[in-house]
Amino acid sequence: IMCASAKYNTRGPALIPRMKTKHRIYYITLFSIVLLGLIATGMFQFWPHSIESSNDWTVEKRSVHDVPVVKLPADSPIPERGDLSCRMHTCFDVYRCGFNPKNKIKVYIYSLKKYVDEYGTSVSNTISREYNELLTAISDSEFYTDDVNRACLFVPSIDVLNQNALRIKETAQALAQLSRWDRGTNHLLFNMLPGGPPDYNTALDVPRDRALLAGGGFSTWTYRQGYDVSIPVYSPLSGEVDLPERGPGPRRYFILSSQMALHPEYRLELEALQAENGESVLILDKCTNLSDGVPAVRKRCYKNQVFDYPQVLQESTFCVVLRGARLGQAVLSDVLQAGCVPVIIADSYILPFSEVLDWKRASVVIPEEKMPEMYSILQSIPQRQIEEMQRQARWFWEAYFRSMKAIALATLQIINDRIYPYAAISYEEWNDPPAVKWSSVSNPLFLPLIPPQSQGFTAIVLTYDRVESLFRVITEVSKVPSLSKLLVVWNNQNKNPPEDSLWPKIRVPLKVVRTAENKLSNRFFPYDEIETEAVLAIDDDIIMLTSDELQFGYEVWREFPDRLVGYPGRLHLWDHEMNKWKYESEWTNEVSMVLTGAAFYHKYFNYLYTYKMPGDIKNWVDAHMNCEDIAMNFLVANVTGKSVIKVTPRKKFKCPECTAIDGLSLDQTHMVERSECINKFASVFGTMPLKVVEHRADPVLYKDDFPEKLKSFPNIGSL
Amino acid sequence: MQTRKKYIFLTFLASWLLLFLFGGDQLRHFAFFSGRKAKARRSWPHWTDRSLLKSFADPEELQRDGDPALLSPRERRAARLSVHRSSSCRMETCFDFSRCEKHGFKVFTYPQERGQPVSESYGKILSSIERSRYHTGNPEEACLFILGIDTLDRDHLSGQYVRNVDEKIRGFPLWNGGRNHLIFNLYSGTWPNYTGELGFDIGQAMLAKASFDTDSFRPGFDISIPLFSKEHPQRGGDRGWLYQDSLPPKKKYLLVFKGKRYLTGIGSGTRNALHHIHNGKDIISLTTCKHGKDWEKHKDTRCDKDNVDYEKFDYQELLHNSTFCIVPRGRRLGSFRFLEALQAACIPVLLSDGWELPFAEAIDWGKAAVVGSERLLLQIPSAVRCIHPERVLAFQQQTQLLWDAYFSSVDKIVHTTLEIIKDRLAPHRSRSRFLWNALPGGLLVLPDFSTHVGDFPFYYLQHGSSPSKKFTAFIRAVSQAGSPSQSILRLIQAVSASQYCAQILVLWSCEKPPPPSGKWPQTPVPLTIIQGRRKLSDRFFPFEAIQTDAVLSLDEHTILSTSEVDFAFVVWRSFPERIVGFPAQSHFWDPEQGRWGYTSKWNNELSIVLTAAAFYHRYYHTLFTEYLPAGLRELVDGLAACEDILMNVLVAAVTKLPPIKVTQRKQHKEAVAQQEQCRDGAAGIPQIPHSAPAAAKGTAGSRRSSQRQDCLDQLADWFGYMPLVSSQLRLDPVLFKDQVSVLRKKYPRLEKP
Repeated sequence: IMCASAKYNTRGPALIPRMKTKHRIYYITLFSIVLLGLIATGMFQFWPHSIESSNDWTVEKRSVHDVPVVKLPADSPIPERGDLSCRMHTCFDVYRCGFNPKNKIKVYIYSLKKYVDEYGTSVSNTISREYNELLTAISDSEFYTDDVNRACLFVPSIDVLNQNALRIKETAQALAQLSRWDRGTNHLLFNMLPGGPPDYNTALDVPRDRALLAGGGFSTWTYRQGYDVSIPVYSPLSGEVDLPERGPGPRRYFILSSQMALHPEYRLELEALQAENGESVLILDKCTNLSDGVPAVRKRCYKNQVFDYPQVLQESTFCVVLRGARLGQAVLSDVLQAGCVPVIIADSYILPFSEVLDWKRASVVIPEEKMPEMYSILQSIPQRQIEEMQRQARWFWEAYFRSMKAIALATLQIINDRIYPYAAISYEEWNDPPAVKWSSVSNPLFLPLIPPQSQGFTAIVLTYDRVESLFRVITEVSKVPSLSKLLVVWNNQNKNPPEDSLWPKIRVPLKVVRTAENKLSNRFFPYDEIETEAVLAIDDDIIMLTSDELQFGYEVWREFPDRLVGYPGRLHLWDHEMNKWKYESEWTNEVSMVLTGAAFYHKYFNYLYTYKMPGDIKNWVDAHMNCEDIAMNFLVANVTGKSVIKVTPRKKFKCPECTAIDGLSLDQTHMVERSECINKFASVFGTMPLKVVEHRADPVLYKDDFPEKLKSFPNIGSL
Repeated sequence: MQTRKKYIFLTFLASWLLLFLFGGDQLRHFAFFSGRKAKARRSWPHWTDRSLLKSFADPEELQRDGDPALLSPRERRAARLSVHRSSSCRMETCFDFSRCEKHGFKVFTYPQERGQPVSESYGKILSSIERSRYHTGNPEEACLFILGIDTLDRDHLSGQYVRNVDEKIRGFPLWNGGRNHLIFNLYSGTWPNYTGELGFDIGQAMLAKASFDTDSFRPGFDISIPLFSKEHPQRGGDRGWLYQDSLPPKKKYLLVFKGKRYLTGIGSGTRNALHHIHNGKDIISLTTCKHGKDWEKHKDTRCDKDNVDYEKFDYQELLHNSTFCIVPRGRRLGSFRFLEALQAACIPVLLSDGWELPFAEAIDWGKAAVVGSERLLLQIPSAVRCIHPERVLAFQQQTQLLWDAYFSSVDKIVHTTLEIIKDRLAPHRSRSRFLWNALPGGLLVLPDFSTHVGDFPFYYLQHGSSPSKKFTAFIRAVSQAGSPSQSILRLIQAVSASQYCAQILVLWSCEKPPPPSGKWPQTPVPLTIIQGRRKLSDRFFPFEAIQTDAVLSLDEHTILSTSEVDFAFVVWRSFPERIVGFPAQSHFWDPEQGRWGYTSKWNNELSIVLTAAAFYHRYYHTLFTEYLPAGLRELVDGLAACEDILMNVLVAAVTKLPPIKVTQRKQHKEAVAQQEQCRDGAAGIPQIPHSAPAAAKGTAGSRRSSQRQDCLDQLADWFGYMPLVSSQLRLDPVLFKDQVSVLRKKYPRLEKP
């Protein structure tokens, strides 16, 4: 958004010449007349057309058999065979895609036609159920455009999912006569069953020139890395059978093989495994004596036992997926659906969506030669990992295998990511199951850096009108060696800050920022004046912190730059009677929050607080004029997954005589309100991100029997 | 003036009108007149008979995909071997896996030929391999072979071009058509086309090559390596330049380039266009034609002006102060610039179409670089401008992660190459893409330890799990007596009383056999005696018996109380990737002697926590034993009191963070017990005076102390830098020494004198 507005601002005003008022009226009149004329013309121009397009709309209610027939002359051109050296930078026309703010490619679908040869014999089935679903999914997606001129990618409606169901030469001719074919540039074909007897090529045999191929069953020799997309072979059982997800835990069989048409050599090897390892290995085959009417595809047999397929897959930890005549097998989809970990034995097979999916997390790939070692290889996998693989397998099925829609959208997204790599979907988004996305954290400050001490920190004092106390805080803080700048956020709109001459003279720059509204969140705004990474937020009445304590706090922050490092520690507790969270400010053995009345943190969190605070928390804080510090604790803990660090034993901050516990007030309502905040935030975050710890940070030699003058931080108060 | 404007305006309106009248049809495509367009979008029809459509394949056909009469799998594999050779080699056709089965992954380097010196870079590569834990001197054991002939520079115009390579390799009895060989190359081809031509037949050898193009790259077989200069350090290597995560992550310049412009020949297309995006403000793109001998012959009209601008900016200054750096192709696809930008945390914007990126088999470059297209140079400025600041920050950090994990030294580049090949040998025991691209990097994650993310100390947060709630106490016993010493009995008692203790292991490191089980105390947790091999490095051996994530490493004479153990373990659970323990020391640079020193004196800083009493993750035992080369372990076996320093150095090198010291009872700190030792030589436990000055003279203590200094110095030399990091803090219980009733304190016993 920022980018777009910046771009438009530079243009707008220059177009309209400056004129005198007299002329301006004249021009405005003229302009209006012209405009009216235009509108009239426009109506005239557009009405008939829109009737036409609503005609298109009604055409939707057609039958597949009513589509126009196209006759292909025998000598119509045939495209070149696929070019194995094609890559995005050689065969793909990126100029068609252009730069657009949404970073989405536009996909056009050719309208459906029925192709016949000279003799009127059809070239193929007009369209299969699956291909129709796939095109419908593309058409309903954000990628779709009906404007052939704006399209970046073209999808023919000629169905080539199954090579055996079509005539190769004629299909190629049909492709070649598409209106924008242009040697297949930017055309995308979907094929799941490539090749045919006797040699079963691993890619579609239809000559297709430069067209991209989304194919199921590529080998490393036919797959053009970074150009083609490897897709699964869809299993129609996915739509028919509902297998509920099965939780982790032991399953009846360790290894299961369910494929029917295995080569006898493979079957022998599997049977050898079974002989060696007994009942934990189950090798199923087709059933020979099924009664009529029972679909053979839904049953499997072992000797005389009959099993339901695919349900039986859920009974096993690992399921073998062997190559057949083709490398891609529909059984892979069934296996994933059952949450069974696929053991893929198909040398040189390019796994579906391998460009983005990390199959090592969901499957075991075993070279064909190593089949005899399969059992021991699988036994070496830790149980916890197996459970994760099962979950991962199921997630891959749900996200990328379960429907033609899922397959189509994943394919387009992969191509989209190649064209707009700077907006590409990340590894985590592709691979992490929702449960992991939910429970894991990816710390935005993940690199272990210890910022240089010389950088120093910026102190931010939020103040309203306590000038005297403010000046005292400024004077105290200015004594800290690593302070590099002091920022006073003047939150009082009714009163001007004191004159420059009245402010304490300090050795570092002092800036006063006036705010437009008296909001607590002003304290956490990422002001441009903050030039250091480290920010010290300090209230205008915290006068007890010593220079040593503050300097030490800064040193601790440098060792933990992604955490809140503060002085007053607090705790949240679960109240079993009330069944909700409770705020605790007593002296406890644990801490889970530090108050931002005196705390160091990274400037990044100011940015997060201001722009990325979830839900309505920010407004809630400003409306209640309370709990901005708790909100900050939630935010940081949620994004980093780490606890706060309380530094030094200090418990009194405002005056030596004050009771140890301070805060806005001590009364019961205050505590109730703070507890309410915790419960509110926990519900907005959907979890309790705060981490409870039992430690605080002290200088290495704190309270050690050692001469005080040799300690770096001698002046650490005990209360 | 006014009339002119009037006319312009009128013409403008009139032409607009005309446009509408005659071009209405085209304009109809723009939807700015009403929202009607969106509704009338012609989508894919909902066929009335769509439910009657047939499936693309008969279910039977899908499930019984096969034609078993044809080639059997064995025959097919055999046939494939003869078809897919040389240019279509894959691991399964051109690599002999059986060579790696018996002895594991071992690498043999051919001896260098006499009178045929190798270049500095190739020398570094060879010595990296020889320093690696996979090196073997015996070709019989080897799984992978590296030539002694320098094949880095195959530009036959170059001075380092080695002639008659074909003849030479054919004379090698081990060559075997190149099978299981790995050939390194940085420069191939020559002017004017700079093709991938190497000038000899590599046969079935794998190629680790810089500037690899996707066309000739054999996926899953070859490896693309980065181009590095001959000054690239052998080991250690400089760290990245990112010292802080600034926000906004913008630097002075947005996008910079400074380099040669080619007037003719390959690569000139892209370099000639670069000046177009220069705006003199935040985008600096400077080129010069002044290179080569006869540049003036080809010079064009831009040259003189360009050359002047070119001198105005300093390359290093641009590198330091820019958010993005353009890394265009040169004559070849890769350039030094790539690693330079990576180190500088200047996010590389790659304009090198068809370049197979370095280690792309493992590294997810989408997280650290912008892979642009040479054809879309003019879109680059707006594209990078629109990258969100958060993403820029993540990019910057990732460049540093990758630089430090895989590129900062020749050792790392070579070891990454080897690890990628090793991962291919056993796919089920290899690193997932996640492990390669997360801290601390793939080289430090050994899949032989585990392939499960939750078993390592580094990924708890990303994985959403936490370390196990119990620990294993691991005590090294050295007393020579026939029964357990008093101190070890006290220690066992204190430790076993901890609620978090799962088991106690005693490593018996003396010549005498351990006392019979009857002499050991009854403990609430299992107690196991392990017979050690009496080496100092033994204490970090990954014993099977260690089943918990946490190990509490102890010496026989350590004095600890149960509450100290409890508190330290709770702290360790917050920092599972670090060493968390009690007695600490700090290292320092001694400028007078020009070497690293350490001190156990009381100090305001610490960088070493002694493993005489410390918690750490059990994975560090595996790293210590498997990752470090045998030579280093022999070194510490020979020096007294070096093994725990090495452990600290190792953990610091992995985490880049200091260890954590927790509070210790005063009495324990000062206890310097008289130690009994095995009397049989160097394997004795070195006693480190924890609080007393290290300068106790004329005793064994000072000898050990000086050995320890040696140790630190030698370790720094081996790692190539000083990995230890200092800390100024200690973690205490929240109410430690506070003026409140002891009844309110969870760990009151820590405060007893």
